[in-house]
Amino acid sequence: MNLYRLVFREILHRKLSFSLGVISAAVAVAGLVAALAILQKHDARTEQIITAKEAETRQQMVKLEDDYRKLMLKMGFNVMILPKDQNLSDLYADDFASNYMPEEYATRLAKSRVATINHILPSLQQKVKWPEHERTVLLMGVRGEVYVQSQQQKPLLEMVAPGTMILGHELARSLPLKVGDQTKLMGHQFAVAKINPERGNKDDITVWINLTEAQELLGKRGLINGILALDCTCDTVDRLSRIRPEIARILPDTQVIEYASQALTRAEARQRAATEAQTSIQREKDGRATLRGEREALAAVLVPVVLVGSSIWIGLLALANVRERRCEIGILRALGLRARQILLIFLGKAVVIGLGGAAFGYVVGRVVGALWRDAPGAQPLHIAFIDPRLLLLVLVAAPVLAALASWLPAMSASQQDPAVVLREE
Amino acid sequence: MSARLQIESLSKSYSGPKGRIDVVNEVSLTINAGEFVAVQGPSGCGKTTLLLAAGALLQPTRGRVLLNGQDPYELSSGQRAQFRALNIGFVFQQFHLVPYLDVLDNILASTLALKRNGNEHGRALELVEQFGLTNRLRHIPAALSTGERQRVALARALLNNPKLLLADEPTGNLDEENGQVVMRCLADFARAGAAVLLVTHEPRAGDHASRVVKMDGGKLR
Repeated sequence: MNLYRLVFREILHRKLSFSLGVISAAVAVAGLVAALAILQKHDARTEQIITAKEAETRQQMVKLEDDYRKLMLKMGFNVMILPKDQNLSDLYADDFASNYMPEEYATRLAKSRVATINHILPSLQQKVKWPEHERTVLLMGVRGEVYVQSQQQKPLLEMVAPGTMILGHELARSLPLKVGDQTKLMGHQFAVAKINPERGNKDDITVWINLTEAQELLGKRGLINGILALDCTCDTVDRLSRIRPEIARILPDTQVIEYASQALTRAEARQRAATEAQTSIQREKDGRATLRGEREALAAVLVPVVLVGSSIWIGLLALANVRERRCEIGILRALGLRARQILLIFLGKAVVIGLGGAAFGYVVGRVVGALWRDAPGAQPLHIAFIDPRLLLLVLVAAPVLAALASWLPAMSASQQDPAVVLREE
Repeated sequence: MSARLQIESLSKSYSGPKGRIDVVNEVSLTINAGEFVAVQGPSGCGKTTLLLAAGALLQPTRGRVLLNGQDPYELSSGQRAQFRALNIGFVFQQFHLVPYLDVLDNILASTLALKRNGNEHGRALELVEQFGLTNRLRHIPAALSTGERQRVALARALLNNPKLLLADEPTGNLDEENGQVVMRCLADFARAGAAVLLVTHEPRAGDHASRVVKMDGGKLR
């Protein structure tokens, strides 16, 4: 016979009182465990939503990027590399550069595996009189693109074969000339190979011929006055700040200007789309965080209320138990049990109630958490049934709380005067 | 014979709404080893108070109690509890059995406060047999007759071989036959060398006692 046996015999004898205590502790533990499980599920669901959203955004951005790349290609070159001493006022006034640089620069640029630009096209451009037709035109000598990455790359501008020319739309219409016609330019015979569609800019009065032939016609052998290029789809709006240092490193005596401002606008749009995507993800995160905060706040009120309610109930049950066992306490004291042992009998029972409530409540709370749907119609989300840290926490905390709740009744039991009880009984 | 229990000028007073009440007044009593003393008196004369004071459960207002020369009230509360467990057995009119323990566990309950020596179980079974409770071993008090309950209470009181057995109206709820069994048992226990103090209002209870003392108005006559 020992105190443990006494405690368990009493529990078995007063099953209803014990069960009520266990249920009370279980309600408190279940409330806590369910609240934590729901928050855990919320976090998992948030992770799931954000991951999906990020993946979706990434996909959209890839598509957007591809769209912009195609748009940029359609727009043509948007960066021009000029001799460093080229006066830009003259360039904008005359529509062509008045200073020259070696054609070899284009090759050097390509061989350097430049990263910030692509589609390198050396050109020689000059406004000239077309004596045979008495027209002022822009003469553009071009050769094929100097490939940076691969020979397979589709060029933005077709190579103009020697002896042929490509005409701008307005020029062809007004002269008039059509594909296959033979015509003379500055005394040299050319066949019209192609007429460009209307572009609404100076291209409409431009004549494209082979670069070498242009150099000969203009007396600029081995020289060019511009390198056209397409900027990379850098992930920043301020692309020039990235292109310029790289080009300056490779071709120190050149300068870089942006050739077409639409590209900048589009890049800005692209940037805005990326920002919007990030904002959308952040909005989702903020929304989820707000929802979590609300759930936390609710749990922060409910859980303590349930804990306090359960503790009071356990305390009242313990008090009733003490009153019911008044005579028993008296005789046990008469038999020599010390006050501390009487205290242990009642606290021991409270600990068993706490342990039973913790185990039962953990299972109930976890089941409630498992059945909880984060949103109506949401896919079920599984969380581990056994959370060792949480289980350990409730297995320790519930008996401690139950013992604390029973402390005053247990103390009153231990302080009962056996003589008073035995005389009254 | 050596004095087992010495009660010297013991008084116990309570403060009530109508002033101080002297429940026990200057009582002196000596019980030797092997002596069975019955204190007889009407209800309310202070018998139970005297018994509780003798049993180290109720601090006297004045006077002292010596059991084997030791005053239990000079001990701390914990030491006094241990002293009771080792030296004193109690039998009450209401039996005061633990309702959820079976017969064997109720008897063994008197060892809860003591260090176990391994003989308790065997000794408990001996008492069970001695009191004719063998077939009731695993019954709880509610399943026993009143006579059986009092025999269980007696067995519990005797398990630790106390030097002093205190009995408060032990036959008050029993029929004649069971009452006789209990009284014979108390007498036998005294003959075995213990001191027995019985308090009762029944005149015939003194038949088995070696000495009968009358009590009235808190004083021994």
